[in-house]
Amino acid sequence: MSTHQPPMPQAPAAAPHWQAAPGGPYPGYTSPIPIVRTHLGHALASEWTKIKSVRSTMWTLGVFTVLVVGIGLMAGALVESHSDSESLSGENPLSFGFFGLLLGSICIITLGVLTTASEYGTGMIRTTMTACPSRARVLAAKSIVFFTVAFVVTLLTSGFVAMVQVSMLENTGARTPSGSDWFKATVGISLYIALLGLLSLLIGSVIRHSAGAITIMIGVLLAPLVLALFMATESLSNVRDWLFEYSIPNQLSVFYANSLSESGPSGWDPLWIILGLTAAVYAGAYALLHSRDV
Amino acid sequence: MIELEGLTKRYGDKVAVDNLTFSVGPGLVTGFLGPNGAGKSTTMRMILGLDHPTAGDVRIDGRHYDRLKDPLTCIGALLDAKGVHGGRSAYNHLLCLAQSNGIPRSRVAQVLETVGLTAVARKKAKGFSLGMGQRLGIAGALLGDPRILMFDEPVNGLDPEGIHWIRTLMKSLAAQGRTVFVSSHLMSEMALTADHLVVIGQGRLLADTSMADFIQANSRSYVRIRCPQRERLLDVLHQAGITVVEAGGEALEVAGGKAEQIGELAARYGLVLHELSPRQASLEEAFMQLTAEAVEYHAQPGPGPGPQDWGAGWKGA
Ligand SMILES: Nc1ncnc2c1ncn2[C@@H]1O[C@H](COP(=O)(O)OP(=O)(O)O)[C@@H](O)[C@H]1O
Ligand SMILES: [Mg+2]
Repeated sequence: MSTHQPPMPQAPAAAPHWQAAPGGPYPGYTSPIPIVRTHLGHALASEWTKIKSVRSTMWTLGVFTVLVVGIGLMAGALVESHSDSESLSGENPLSFGFFGLLLGSICIITLGVLTTASEYGTGMIRTTMTACPSRARVLAAKSIVFFTVAFVVTLLTSGFVAMVQVSMLENTGARTPSGSDWFKATVGISLYIALLGLLSLLIGSVIRHSAGAITIMIGVLLAPLVLALFMATESLSNVRDWLFEYSIPNQLSVFYANSLSESGPSGWDPLWIILGLTAAVYAGAYALLHSRDV
Repeated sequence: MIELEGLTKRYGDKVAVDNLTFSVGPGLVTGFLGPNGAGKSTTMRMILGLDHPTAGDVRIDGRHYDRLKDPLTCIGALLDAKGVHGGRSAYNHLLCLAQSNGIPRSRVAQVLETVGLTAVARKKAKGFSLGMGQRLGIAGALLGDPRILMFDEPVNGLDPEGIHWIRTLMKSLAAQGRTVFVSSHLMSEMALTADHLVVIGQGRLLADTSMADFIQANSRSYVRIRCPQRERLLDVLHQAGITVVEAGGEALEVAGGKAEQIGELAARYGLVLHELSPRQASLEEAFMQLTAEAVEYHAQPGPGPGPQDWGAGWKGA
């Protein structure tokens, strides 16, 4: 037998060696670009660029501002023009910010859903997950960036409307809001709305379809109240009351201490409720994101 | 280096990728060839950790993709579906990718220049043609100057100039010592770019061989003959010990380069030839035959050569 051997080009490569020898087991090209160990900060910077660089962010937040400020000022002006010095005696003047924020929350819901679901619609999610293979980090970065944006924008607009309304309604007998009233009607309600948006972001990540997730979230926002209106029979009154008290609009109104009902959530309850709900959905959304294919 | 070991992916009953074991080494363009639906894109998604394998394992330089601390400087990929948000400009798309891996911002302009998109850097990606979208995807793959590059059907949608550009690009990337793994459903495309070839059909490995060996094994030459006195010619060739295969129509085929011998025989026996042409079976035909056999094997399970043996046939030949 001579030393001649038939060509077997790939045979040695067929058995990969996971335990490679130390000292550059994988030769090849070395880039002059410094290698950086990535962390959450990188993902946050990336998500911040993403949210800034699409027009849907400008649209949803623009419409939100117009609704909150516009409706808030209109409500203030309307009430003021129809009141004398006693008509609002003892009432909280901040509560007229409610209507604008209720409608505006639909914009925050939309932006929240788009932050995750639009990446599935466009295929961007695969690029995102390739650039950042830690799915926990992707979800955390999206959540933190979105929550911060939603909170700051809601705080600025609701704070502005609150200040204007209080000065508008000075001569209608409305009481001077306490520090705690102010805090709840600005910081409190902004936290609530930002969490509602975060919940939408998570639903967007689970549903992976923008229109579907937005529809679900608007249903969550309005359906309990609408259902309650149609439960006229006495036998259902318990269900009706529960639906009514825990509907999102009623929870929002609790931040102005003028709950539409006597029982049900009060004080800071709505915030704890949505915080618990969002935390539970976050855990579920992460578990799904982790186990599903992108 | 990309190493697959028994990689398998099932979608319900459908086996998209079936027990793939091979590795892709540096310094070469490795072509990943298979007909549509063979499982190329699914394999690439599993390499990137996007899809979870049903069984088996795949590693990049010895590590699972989700354990990479610097994914974009390690491996850059262009996937088949456009992975771009249409509302974002090319520049911002690449910027958010760069930021996610701590890559200097200056790289964005550099790769835009490399792929020729500088002029439209601030334009929204949804206005891009298929070819421009493909170039943007390639820019994203090059962003981290990675040592491994993976392209899923990169020539799709590119014009001839673009196709030429991507071929040259892939070869130069491999020449720099990088690992280049590129998929295609066109043998002719692979023959022009790849140094090494991995062929799959129905999710199974059919061949894992160097391009040179594949060409040598498959560039079968034969002689095509047409003759009005067909029966007599068959007799003559039979007596001369030449094996004839009936091709379509009235044509006959003889394996090997025996055109001169056949011509002389025909002259000696006074036979009229309408055609006597030496031919070369195309690699495309060889590829189709290879994958068609996989389909047949799939349709009739039972004793017979397994998929590995098909591969071995090509390796050994
Ligand atoms: N997400 C999925 N769900 C179900 N079947 C899939 C999915 N992705 C791919 N397949 C199936 O797996 C097979 C391989 O697909 P693919 O990897 O896209 O092939 P290729 O890229 O080689 O054309 C196809 O039959 C395809 O229909
Ligand atoms: Mg494909």
